[in-house]
Amino acid sequence: MVANDTKELKIKEKQEVSTPAEQTRPGLVFTPLVDIFETEKALVLLADMPGVRPEDLSIDLRDDTLTLTGDVQPFEGADEKDLLIEYEVGKYHRQFALSEIINQEKIDAQIQNGVLCLTLPKVEKAAPRKITVQAV
Amino acid sequence: MVYRRLFDLPAFRPRGSFQELDNMRRQFDRLANLLSAAPERSAGAGVFPQLNVTEDVNKFYLRAELPGVRSDALDIQATGKTISIAGERKISEEDTNARYHRREREAGKFSRVMALPSDIDADRIEAKLENGILTVMVPKAETAKPRQIRIN
Repeated sequence: MVANDTKELKIKEKQEVSTPAEQTRPGLVFTPLVDIFETEKALVLLADMPGVRPEDLSIDLRDDTLTLTGDVQPFEGADEKDLLIEYEVGKYHRQFALSEIINQEKIDAQIQNGVLCLTLPKVEKAAPRKITVQAV
Repeated sequence: MVYRRLFDLPAFRPRGSFQELDNMRRQFDRLANLLSAAPERSAGAGVFPQLNVTEDVNKFYLRAELPGVRSDALDIQATGKTISIAGERKISEEDTNARYHRREREAGKFSRVMALPSDIDADRIEAKLENGILTVMVPKAETAKPRQIRIN
């Protein structure tokens, strides 16, 4: 991939997703864009979820499936009239199947500027140790 | 002699024959677009970021989704009746030991200009960037606000 920092950003249309279960409240659901990368000690997931506050985010990890759901408040005030609408607003939802062994106790989630940073530390393998042999 | 034109509305007669062909080509292009691709949902300018513009009696509101952009990386200017929003989105580079499984987010520069339909009061523009959503509140000029007219 060409790493070019000065290129212009292009528009990516938000992808709608159909959730496996039907929603109880009507509204659009979008897939947030994510970056997933793995370091030695952890799996890090960064997701673009603009408009999601920390209290609106729910992260669920069970049966090796990670589910991210973010609620978004409607942005318009009651008196506003629309002049130009180029993007829709809706919840964010995405699921991943995790293959690494994750230490579930130490999952760390932070959301800042609309970007979720989820750190999933891997289970520490036993440190190599020497075994002393005792003469009997 | 009156003759029916198959493609064009009755308008000025084209000068020379090339313009007729040009018109024909444009009509066919439009037809082809209608028949083939699904209509695009956004009729915007095709420039990042996408904006939602709303208004109430006193102000215009411009909103854009800019996750991961810090307020010091944004440059908002007002000139006449236009607002320009420019900036850069940076993604922090992780160390070289990291292996990417997925890379969907993009980084780069962006710049967008939006012309508003009435005069604005440029001195009292406010902007806030919260949770990755930029909201620019542009008050309308006094002359542009609707005025009730009473009937005697």
